[in-house]
Amino acid sequence: MSALPAILQVATLVLILTVLYRPLGDYLFRVYASRRHLLVERGFYRLIGVDPHAEQTWQAYLRALLWFSGVGVLLVYLLQRLQPVLPYSLGLPPVSEHLSFNTAVSFVTNTNWQSYSPELTLGYTVQLVGLTVQNVVSAAVGIAVAVALVRGLARRRSGTIGNFWVDLTRGTARVMLPLSVVAAIVLLAGGVIQNLDGFTQVTTLSGGSQVIPGGPVASQEAVKLLGTNGGGFFNANSAHPFENPGGWVNLFEIVLMLAIPFALPRTFGRMVGSDKQGYTVLAVMGTLYLASVAILSAVERAGWGTAPELAGAAMEGKEQRFGVFGSTLFGATSTLTSTGAVNSMHDSYTAIGGMVPMLNMMLGEVAPGGVGAGLYGLLVLAVLAVFVAGLLVGRTPEYLGKKIGPREIKLASLYILVMPILVLGGTALSFAIPGVREDVTTTSIWNPGNHGLSEVLYAFTSAANNNGSAFAGLTANTPWMNTALAVAMLLGRFVPIALVLALAGSFAAQDRVPATAGTLPTHRPQFAGLLLGVTVVVTALTFFPVLTLGPLAEGLL
Amino acid sequence: MRTNLRTAGVALRAMLVLTVVLGLGYPLVVTAAGQLAFPEQANGSPVVVDGETVGSELLGQSFTDDSGGPLPEYFQPRPSAAGNGYDGGASSGSNLGPENADLIAAIEERRAQVAQFNGVGVDEIPADAVTASASGLDPHISPEYAELQVERIAAARGLEPGSLQDLVAANVQSPDLGYLGEPTVNVLRLNVALDEMSE
Repeated sequence: MSALPAILQVATLVLILTVLYRPLGDYLFRVYASRRHLLVERGFYRLIGVDPHAEQTWQAYLRALLWFSGVGVLLVYLLQRLQPVLPYSLGLPPVSEHLSFNTAVSFVTNTNWQSYSPELTLGYTVQLVGLTVQNVVSAAVGIAVAVALVRGLARRRSGTIGNFWVDLTRGTARVMLPLSVVAAIVLLAGGVIQNLDGFTQVTTLSGGSQVIPGGPVASQEAVKLLGTNGGGFFNANSAHPFENPGGWVNLFEIVLMLAIPFALPRTFGRMVGSDKQGYTVLAVMGTLYLASVAILSAVERAGWGTAPELAGAAMEGKEQRFGVFGSTLFGATSTLTSTGAVNSMHDSYTAIGGMVPMLNMMLGEVAPGGVGAGLYGLLVLAVLAVFVAGLLVGRTPEYLGKKIGPREIKLASLYILVMPILVLGGTALSFAIPGVREDVTTTSIWNPGNHGLSEVLYAFTSAANNNGSAFAGLTANTPWMNTALAVAMLLGRFVPIALVLALAGSFAAQDRVPATAGTLPTHRPQFAGLLLGVTVVVTALTFFPVLTLGPLAEGLL
Repeated sequence: MRTNLRTAGVALRAMLVLTVVLGLGYPLVVTAAGQLAFPEQANGSPVVVDGETVGSELLGQSFTDDSGGPLPEYFQPRPSAAGNGYDGGASSGSNLGPENADLIAAIEERRAQVAQFNGVGVDEIPADAVTASASGLDPHISPEYAELQVERIAAARGLEPGSLQDLVAANVQSPDLGYLGEPTVNVLRLNVALDEMSE
């Protein structure tokens, strides 16, 4: 088997994203910069009672965002608890308290971690009225935060960073909803189902019986990928043929995950008035993306490990229509964005192969990251890189004419620290608390040995980064796992958002320092290299020790 | 406090309006579009034989006898971890890791079984024949695994192996554009064609 099909697939993907970069990035720029309100938007503002012309301080912006998300958690929680009285519930019982809490948090935080098997747990009303709604709005929230940060960088001597309700509304009405409708129709043409039929019993060709599931899948699938959500309609997620029938649809789904995150650097460049700044960010994202895809694909194709070598290839947990490369391209994309959808089971990857999705998330999901979250994550790293460069050469740290003072560097440092604390703390507590340890090792862990540690580490990495993919052998539907992971998701989403908005406020208030001979240029390959280095080194130093206990030990011993 | 109350009210109203638009409006529009423009696909690409739906082109199914043993006269799909095998209500992979003793033992056992069932050497067995798919509902096998089963089916049905080979060749689906995905054989489609040929 040659590597040519794989190379052609990547080339096609790069071509499509290159074609999309400018028009989609420019469109997003116009969406958030426009002064005009659509008729439906004006009606919506009147209905909910906000003045779209009122600008908000970062505190007010954050308050609105938190209330909106809090209401979302409450609503999705109640819908699950009340499932039996809702229509189209397929006769399913109410969801338990801790699982309802976990799932509500999971979908509001754009994580879409699923401790449950959807076809056995959730009826259509919860899936549509609860989950689909959060798929759309959590994505719009992510983009809003990124746009608010960039506004902060672009403005001078301003007390405000925009209006949350306007950004949310436009992200929903002008970006997520229209793109989702188009994507859903393309998916329908490719074979993804969309009906309200429930489960149908058929007699198979050889006289046995089989249930055929139904469901409004295409509408969920489209927004699940476009909004880098990742929660599957079915347990097997995008490996399920009704979610991803294969062939060109697989590549289309990968494009959906990458389209907005890779176009946002363009939007950023336009907003700060320098396309080159956008290209620098894009270069870092793109380099990391291609490197990760290449490494994961090469490792899985090599197929090291006892079981893959015995079988002849690493095909356990992979679908024939995707093969190894169609699986790794999807898996890398899903974990480098904050999607977390899977079309193959990461738990059954080779040991080193399974480490790559973890590393992708541990990078902070910035290559290109979730919708909005990827861009603001990388901009925080850029602030850190500028600071490091300033220390190295004795220059005043500035980014886009904004001084990186003590307040800014504190906010950026706290941002960097939140995720590792949640990942390492959550994993450590799972094995340290008496009682919890026994529960985790006997109930939750599916594979013995080092791989079992990897399953727990993967879970907290996924939750704290709002990814949602899993080493899915882990039984996460236990009171400890559901609660601990929900806390990791909540803090992993909203603490960084609060810090980013504070940073936006602090940048907006500053005047712009004119560039001098002493200013470090942040639009050249040299800075892109530095930013890349900072991103990789921060991750490597933080997570190398724990990886030696999990996947590295499994793969190398 | 008053600011918080006001913001909470706005948030609640916004969420309710968005729930109606995104939770009901959006999926119903897509459902209508699917049922009107792509009814086949929207309803699960059913495979109909003699007026009866026997399954979905996209979902694999079992070809086993009452005790769960593989039927020698049908092409066999991949091993499945969905329920008791190809359970459309419980899609799942095995999630067994590469060094898991249970997985290693299962692959050993499948290799022996496939080799004995088809009268071939263990070294000829392709990986997809001895590994469970991600969904447990994989409708496809590799062309190699289909070809490997020809002799056995020919013997069980009293058919010429040559005509069966032609049937398999006609059912090999190339990747879209020649490079998007892997070559596959749809097991249900192939078995439907096989039944038609035998009549």
